[in-house]
Amino acid sequence: MKVNGKDLNPVSPMTVEDLVLSTGRVPDRVAVELNGKIVPRAEYPRILLKEDDSVEIVGFVGGG
Amino acid sequence: MLPSRDELEAALCKRHSPEVHGAISKARIGIAGLGGLGSNIAAMLTRAGASHLTIADFDDVEITNINRQNYYLRHIGTAKTDATEEVLKMINPYMTVVKNKVRLDPYNIPGIFGGCDIVCEAFDVPAQKAMLINTLLEKCPGVKVASGSGMAGYGRSDDIRTERLFADLYIHGDGVDMEGVRGGLMSPRVNICAAHMANTVIALLLEGDP
Repeated sequence: MKVNGKDLNPVSPMTVEDLVLSTGRVPDRVAVELNGKIVPRAEYPRILLKEDDSVEIVGFVGGG
Repeated sequence: MLPSRDELEAALCKRHSPEVHGAISKARIGIAGLGGLGSNIAAMLTRAGASHLTIADFDDVEITNINRQNYYLRHIGTAKTDATEEVLKMINPYMTVVKNKVRLDPYNIPGIFGGCDIVCEAFDVPAQKAMLINTLLEKCPGVKVASGSGMAGYGRSDDIRTERLFADLYIHGDGVDMEGVRGGLMSPRVNICAAHMANTVIALLLEGDP
C-alpha cells in the first residue's frame, strides 16, 4: 500500500488505527484519507487496509 | 465621515479589479477560532474585500492574547466574536459578520459552517483541530478547509509552508508543536502563518488552487 506517498508492505494485516499508531501519531490528533475519502474517526479500528490502498495521514500540532 | 458602501466597493474594484473583487466579495468564508490565526485572518480577508464572514469562538479576550491576536486593550473581557466584529467593521462597516459564541463540536459544526465555500481552522489544541477538520470533511461536502499547524517561535520564516494534503484540505505551518519552542507563540510568525492561510483562501476563490 501507499502511505503518504511511500510504499509500505506490512507483514501482518493492519487497521487504519494500527497504521496511525505505527507512525507514532495519536489517533485523536490526525485526519486520514483512504483512497481519496476521509475516514470517520470511529472507523479507524474497523477498517482493514488492503494491498492496493492509498492512505494519507495528517497530524496536527499545538498553537494558533 | 465614513465612506459610503459604493465608495468602498469602487476603491476595492480599483485596487483589485472588478472581477477579482466580485469573486472575493461574494464568497462565504468561515473562521473557526479567533486567536492568533483567526483574528488576523479575519482582518486580512476583510481588507481584501471579503464581505460574508462566519466566525466562531467561545472565549473572551484576555491580556495574554494581546501579544499576537488582533485585539486592543479595551477589548479585554469582551467576547472574541464581538471584538472581532468591531475590528472588522472599522475596515468595512457594510460587511456581514455572522457571530457564533459557542464551543464547536461535531453536532453544531455542520449547521454553522455547512454553507461556507472555505473554512479556516484556527484552533490551538491538536485534538480540537482534528475534530473540526474531520467533521468538516466528513459532514460538509464541498467545503474546502485551510488549517494552521505549527507557527511558534521566531526566525525561520521560510519554514512556514502551504501544502495541499487531501483533496479539500490545505495545511499551513512548519509542523512543529508550540510546546518547548523558545518564545512561544509570537506575533510575526503567527501572522506569517495567518497570511499563508488568508492567501490560500483568496487563491482558492480566484483560481480554485493556491
